[in-house]
Amino acid sequence: MNRPPNPAPPDSAKSFRSERFDFASFFFTGLTGFATLLIVAILAVILLNIVVQGWESLSWRFISTIPKDNFFDPASTGVLPMIVGTTGRVFVMTIFVLPVGVITAIYLTEYAPSTSPLTRFIRAAVNNLAGVPSIVFGLFGLGFFINFVGRNLDALLDSPGPTWGQPAILWASLTLAVMTLPVVIVATEESLRAIPPGLREASLALGATKLQTILRVVLPQALPGIMTGGILAVSRAAGEVAPILFTGVAYYMANLPSKLTDQFMDLGYHVYVLSTQSPNIEQTRPILYATVLVLLMLTFALNFTAILIRARMRKKLRALG
Amino acid sequence: MPAAPLKNVTVSAPDGPDDSAKETLIEVRDLSLYYGATRALTQITLPICPRLVTAFIGPSGCGKSTLLRCFNRMNDLIDNVRIEGAVRISGYDIYSRDVDVIELRKRVGMVFQKSNPFPKSVYENIAYGLRLQGHRNRADLDQIVEQSLRSAALWDEVKDRLHSSALGLSGGQQQRLCIARAIAIKPEIILMDEPASALDPIATARIEDLILDLKKQFTIVIVTHNMQQAARISDYTAFFYLGQLVEHDRTRKIFTNPTQKQTEDYVTGRFG
Repeated sequence: MNRPPNPAPPDSAKSFRSERFDFASFFFTGLTGFATLLIVAILAVILLNIVVQGWESLSWRFISTIPKDNFFDPASTGVLPMIVGTTGRVFVMTIFVLPVGVITAIYLTEYAPSTSPLTRFIRAAVNNLAGVPSIVFGLFGLGFFINFVGRNLDALLDSPGPTWGQPAILWASLTLAVMTLPVVIVATEESLRAIPPGLREASLALGATKLQTILRVVLPQALPGIMTGGILAVSRAAGEVAPILFTGVAYYMANLPSKLTDQFMDLGYHVYVLSTQSPNIEQTRPILYATVLVLLMLTFALNFTAILIRARMRKKLRALG
Repeated sequence: MPAAPLKNVTVSAPDGPDDSAKETLIEVRDLSLYYGATRALTQITLPICPRLVTAFIGPSGCGKSTLLRCFNRMNDLIDNVRIEGAVRISGYDIYSRDVDVIELRKRVGMVFQKSNPFPKSVYENIAYGLRLQGHRNRADLDQIVEQSLRSAALWDEVKDRLHSSALGLSGGQQQRLCIARAIAIKPEIILMDEPASALDPIATARIEDLILDLKKQFTIVIVTHNMQQAARISDYTAFFYLGQLVEHDRTRKIFTNPTQKQTEDYVTGRFG
């Protein structure tokens, strides 16, 4: 085979060495790196500040005490009712939000015709729900759950006084459930869509109905993804104060809540109270820090529990299913 | 069309792989299929004989998989699919309104191109279809699971790991597991959509041996891109091109003396 002789390389291709400094590239690397560093630094400052300052006043007595009348007194106060209240409202919320969110996501991905305007409208509504400010959810909870549902329940059940038609841990939890619904729906939808279509086909080709396929093949596979939605919902809800402001939180209660219609004290709200209502700011500051630290630790603990459950599910799925 | 339930039908088939069998188990009559406005199949008419292997060949996009999926109505899962004409199995129109699709799929099993075992144990994969039908008796299940795995030539390889995950099996083993899963519910017909296309030659050979063995009990329709495979395992071959059935005849005739020029060009590798 005859090959033409190699042409002489043009002058400009003589060397591959860059002639000039790539300033744009350098600048952009620096900018992105600096932004990341800034976030890490802010987080570190916040956490360090809280841990260092809060640690001094944190004690078993502080965690396990129900405060008597004056909870601004560092020597005698405690946060047990707030821990119980916050944990309780997050727990009750999870019981409501997971089933409703999962069932909605199953309808949207498995049953609703994906191109119909109604489905698109529902999806848009869910996404918009996620963008509503939390104080609006609080007002919604007051108007809908307490004034409408609660009062009608009272009328229906012939309660002697307002039993259901007043702020309660139940209504606060339901309000939080409505607020975190989009998180659960979106996470569940994503995990349902991630399941290989081949698995659904295999099940249907063996004579399974759609419902059998969803219950026996699709949902077990989607469980870890659904748990992720639950974890995100718990994280979001644990620190929220605005939605519970009108729907269930109490400034002070002498006893722990014992039923769903009781009001409750809450860590986040208590932080607000300590920082705005104290007669002596300097004296209250140590317990304010300690309360914030407890709130952070509780949020982490709730998250960690959910993550552990998810890890066990994944392990079980991998091992057998 | 008589409105008889699908399940009251029995099939009498010739005893061996008799090439001269003229009985028809699946009868495709003037079948056209549309995805929205696009026509994917054009007036297909084709008889498929019981207890023989029929191979569908043709270039990608010729409609052979689409036709295969008409036989167990898997196309129902896709939006905007419209069908004209008829598919009759044992004389009954499977697209008539009173046909129970679930019952149809129990009688027309399917093995897919990509092996798709459930993320469950080997045992539970086979037992899945049986449990759907309400089998609860452990001894019965054990027996059918073993029998299905033996029929799929997989028993010896998995008998010590029945209760570990099916996802730990090799690709070829997974595909044989899918075949075992399909035959566990005792269908009459097994549809195979390129069952060996993702496997190496050794695993492919085992699947082919298995198919030759299974045709003693089952009617097999297989889509394949591998011409040698069609020649090796099938009794009848149908060649499709652009949604049309070009030629359907005994495999020997298709590969040695086809009637149509297009068929000849395709099987000799001149196009496609």
